[in-house]
Amino acid sequence: MSGHLHEDMKSRVIDISGASPHKCMKCGKCSASCPSFDEMDIKPHQFVSYVNNGDIEALMASKSLGKCLSCFACVERCPRDVKPGKIVDAARQMLIRQQGQAMLTPEDVPELLDPEVPQQLLMSAFRRYSR
Amino acid sequence: MSIENETFRPKIVAFCCNWCSYAGADLAGSSRLVYPADVKIIRVPCSCRVNPMFILRAFEKGADGVIMCGCHPGDCHYSTGNYYARRRMTLLFSMLDFIGVENGRTRVEWVSAAEGVKFSTTMNEFVEKITSLGPNVRLEDLRCRN
Amino acid sequence: MQRVGVFVCHCGSNIAATVDVKKVVEMVSLEPGVVHAEDYQYMCSEAGQARIDAAIKEKGLTGIVVCSCSPRMHEATFRKAAERAGLNPYMVEIANIREHCSWIHKDMEEATKKAVVLARAAIAKVNLNAPLQPGESLVTKRALVIGGGIAGIQTAIDIADAGYEVDIVEKTPSIGGRMSQLDKTFPTLDCSACILTPKMVEAAAHEKITIYTYSEVDKVTGFVGDFTVDIRKKARSIDMNKCTGCGVCQEKCPSKKTPSEFNRGLNTRSAIYTPFAQAIPNVPVIDRDACIKFKTGKCGICEKVCQAGAIDYEQKDEIVTQKYGAIVVATGFDVIKVDQYEEYAYSQSKDVITSLELERIMNAAGPTKGHLERLSDGKHPKEMVFIQCVGSRCSDDKGKSYCSKICCMYTAKHAMLIRDKYPDVNVTVFYIDVRTPGKNFDEFYRRAVEDYGVNYIKGQVGKVAPQPDGSLLVQGVDLIDNKQILKKADMVVLAAAIEPEKDVRRIATMLTASIDTNNFLTESHAKLRPVESPTAGVFLSGVCQGPKDIPETVAQAGAAAVKAIGLLAKDKLLTNPCTAKADELMCNGCSTCANVCPYGAITYETKEINDHGIRETRRVASVNNALCQGCGACTVACPSGAMDLQGFSNRQILAEVDAICR
Repeated sequence: MSGHLHEDMKSRVIDISGASPHKCMKCGKCSASCPSFDEMDIKPHQFVSYVNNGDIEALMASKSLGKCLSCFACVERCPRDVKPGKIVDAARQMLIRQQGQAMLTPEDVPELLDPEVPQQLLMSAFRRYSR
Repeated sequence: MSIENETFRPKIVAFCCNWCSYAGADLAGSSRLVYPADVKIIRVPCSCRVNPMFILRAFEKGADGVIMCGCHPGDCHYSTGNYYARRRMTLLFSMLDFIGVENGRTRVEWVSAAEGVKFSTTMNEFVEKITSLGPNVRLEDLRCRN
Repeated sequence: MQRVGVFVCHCGSNIAATVDVKKVVEMVSLEPGVVHAEDYQYMCSEAGQARIDAAIKEKGLTGIVVCSCSPRMHEATFRKAAERAGLNPYMVEIANIREHCSWIHKDMEEATKKAVVLARAAIAKVNLNAPLQPGESLVTKRALVIGGGIAGIQTAIDIADAGYEVDIVEKTPSIGGRMSQLDKTFPTLDCSACILTPKMVEAAAHEKITIYTYSEVDKVTGFVGDFTVDIRKKARSIDMNKCTGCGVCQEKCPSKKTPSEFNRGLNTRSAIYTPFAQAIPNVPVIDRDACIKFKTGKCGICEKVCQAGAIDYEQKDEIVTQKYGAIVVATGFDVIKVDQYEEYAYSQSKDVITSLELERIMNAAGPTKGHLERLSDGKHPKEMVFIQCVGSRCSDDKGKSYCSKICCMYTAKHAMLIRDKYPDVNVTVFYIDVRTPGKNFDEFYRRAVEDYGVNYIKGQVGKVAPQPDGSLLVQGVDLIDNKQILKKADMVVLAAAIEPEKDVRRIATMLTASIDTNNFLTESHAKLRPVESPTAGVFLSGVCQGPKDIPETVAQAGAAAVKAIGLLAKDKLLTNPCTAKADELMCNGCSTCANVCPYGAITYETKEINDHGIRETRRVASVNNALCQGCGACTVACPSGAMDLQGFSNRQILAEVDAICR
């Protein structure tokens, strides 16, 4: 894969996640906080270096994506405001987008509208599952 | 006209107090924090030395923006100078706005001696703002134009 | 018209690499008034100054412009050079083409253009300069040291040894500061009290030192060489001359439930107290918020038991007003509040403590008499975990962005002392980096690892969870093994970040000394003037300027003392001649200027004025040059435009504006 594409995927992850991998000081507090640490192949503190190295494909292939509980303890406790958990979220989202199907199209939205369903949820689902 | 062919580069005058902001600009320099060359700094002992007349004169002579920097409120080397400056500028800027010099062309910012980064980002923002506003024509004395 | 000489400095390649200095010389030669222009490698060097000297003499220059670094750097140098050549030093202007030009621009053409504009502005200004004569002010040969910790004590002793009077103002009842709370000191492990107490005694016994404890600085006016300071001596409720320090009052005091500040709230003290046994002065104070006599009017036991009759419930705060030539700030530090880090369970468990609390626990005079024990149940711990960088190196809003500098070393010290005294205790340290720059520092840390078997783990702790059995479950990570660690501990010690003492902002404001966003006082130059505040006559000693350990603090305290002595040794100071001046013909005596003057430098006199042949008696403003500091507030406030600032006159600044906008 060309370096250009690497860079492109890297900046997409950073864009989607709003994370700041360059601020990481490698303290490991994210991994120390993670409740799913043992089940992950790529550990939370490593997410950051995968992004820094532009190796997003490996991150997308990792089983950590399914193991992360999105509890955001790592985001909450990170002393440098790096947001490792958001990186996992972003990688998941890119994976879903890559898998091709648009799970949700703008046309689907009106029929999903329901006074019981918060519109914010629809918005985030749309962001996550549309292409 | 030649102006249309060239990219517009604004003329910006920055008044900096000797104790905080001028030192902050020095720190921006020694930290190599880039900001556009359009900004030219005039050193004054305190922000309260900036007479509204100086700012009017700058616009008259063709400046496109004027920024005044001083110590943070409470940190003035002369105790109270920046409070006077703040009140004077509030009045002046609202009058300038009234006669058509947009508020974006004038700005007051507090920059301490330790805030090189703030100085540089402020100047970058300000130049960007003035560039988007375009040349100042309202107060310019056309006889001053070269 | 002046005869102006322009000198353009290359500053090696600092300027010449981005500014075409030859072009600048060529362009400025065309400016009105310029009769000489040249460039040179280093204008500030002796050879460069000789060129200025020669040009002044040969070309009969009446004003010079040096295009070089910031005037904050070398204005004084060039003024002296001009003076040596017979020119008034205030006929020198600096165009800052380094910090404000060559260092921040990359494009040569653009930077050169800007340098020319800056030079033009300086030339326009110097054309309107007038020779100024500085006045003189007397130096009060007495120094004030704010803060009585090791920094303040050392500074005071050094100044006093040079023969000058020094006053120490300390807000707590005793001098000694943070160092008096420490048990041992790194890297030699000598007992803190054993090396500090003699210094405290020396300061107290010194004939040139006056110590004001339980006192605060209330008000500061004046300027370098002539500060006037109000010191508030808070009511101690004890007559210091009568008290013998026998301590009976403290024993008999029935109110014993106030948390001891000295022991970080780990135990309690009486309402009448001295913070610690070696306190200087050894005179207690009555904490009026805790005292039963003050709260209910009944009690008075201390008065009854005091054989010296030293108790005085009627005592009031006393203001002492004193004049000083120099002021040294040595206000020190405190540790941050760690309860905001909920993951470390500091507020949930008594066995999660800060390092400063551990110092008190390890100290023989501390709440546990020096026995290492859990504060919850008094049991001896078997597993201890230390967590580094709690609140240091944080970019969130809870912590501090800086490294607190001392934690790595004191944690190694604690670990070593514990392993030495209690070999049965396992000690684990979670660290991000171990930072040990300093003489014998890394060796010290390695001894903890190699000789004392302290287990250092590279990684952080994510959570400390108090367990039902009273232990603490520590969840951390070992980044080298890439493993998460779950460890049962009996005690957890947090290396909390240090921060400047809360009071320092108030003091900095009174002194008009600059302070940064972390509340550390700013030094005049980060490298070349590290112990001087940008405010003349104010010097910095110890942690108020930035985190530092004891040896560094003592070294800086000595440096601050030398700077203060250098000032006190002078009989007179030259005052800044850039002061305000009223044009008597234009002044209408309205008092507006006097109202905005922060120094009370403007008074009014009624005198006879000759206004174009008309003789009139008028009330006109008059500026006291010794008091005026040259801020210029009056010049803008003056409705008739009579007030102007010498050296930064309206015409000069307008000329600069015109030159820039040309």
